[in-house]
Amino acid sequence: MPRLSVAVVVFPGSNCDYDCFWAVTQFPHCRVQYVWHKDANPGRFDVIILPGGFSYGDYLRCGALARFSPVMQAIVDHARQGRPLLGICNGFQILCEAGLLPGALYRNNSLTFICEHVYVRAETTASVFTRACTPGQVLNLPIAHGEGQYFADDATLRQLEDGRQIAFRYCARDGAAGAQANPNGSRDNIAGIFNAAKNVLGMMPHPERAMDARLGSCDGQLIFQGMLAAVRA
Amino acid sequence: MKAHIFVTLKQGVLDPQGSTVQRSLQQMGYAAVQSVRIGKFMEVELAGTDREAAAAHVDEMCRKLFVNPNIEEYRFELR
Repeated sequence: MPRLSVAVVVFPGSNCDYDCFWAVTQFPHCRVQYVWHKDANPGRFDVIILPGGFSYGDYLRCGALARFSPVMQAIVDHARQGRPLLGICNGFQILCEAGLLPGALYRNNSLTFICEHVYVRAETTASVFTRACTPGQVLNLPIAHGEGQYFADDATLRQLEDGRQIAFRYCARDGAAGAQANPNGSRDNIAGIFNAAKNVLGMMPHPERAMDARLGSCDGQLIFQGMLAAVRA
Repeated sequence: MKAHIFVTLKQGVLDPQGSTVQRSLQQMGYAAVQSVRIGKFMEVELAGTDREAAAAHVDEMCRKLFVNPNIEEYRFELR
């Protein structure tokens, strides 16, 4: 079976690219490579990952400048063609700034940078990213962000609900959602969302940092398993 | 020609930085402060003298880059 081709896009200031690359190498049927943000013609990939970090130093707004990098047109095309695109943390911010996902991420309501393990609930398994989860499954994943507060207006939130596009919500260990389990004030406790077609996922927690029990959790494996199980069309 | 651009959070978007500063001001004794919202100021220097063209370009720059319309609004002046 031909190997699945995966790209990890690197912007100046990305710093979770290595962990994303390493996570994919845990799946021998995949071949993964880095793509530098200046590459306007990176070629076709089965799966693309936008890793976390501080692209362009978070200048102006997180992801605001990265969205204009030469590589972005290829990423938009990839998404439009229905192939899996995963944006983690800064990657999620870039996807929102690029208009590939609705809404915006901004400063945590605590005004602090939060670096801790949290629980999120998989709200739907109807996507490649969550198909390896059970409905409502609680995942233990680390977050590390200062600007993870998700905002969308009422109309957009309704659309997300109606389209079953909310991928993950912050929750307590037993799965109960609520403000006390929400680390950053995100509306509706949203930790991750899909586009309408559910081939694009943006999430603030870091699944690539939850691939090994020695590091606190291997729940991230479920997301990579689901995403990388796709057979090359 | 200079463009002075003011970008602010939309009403209805939580401004934790603003609230924190407001609390500090109240602690400092400024009891009359009812609200603080914190935004951004950009100064853009443009070549040329055509004010209408400059205004159109600055407006475009705001919509394309300076402002995230989900959470921000803007106004600008040309000098």
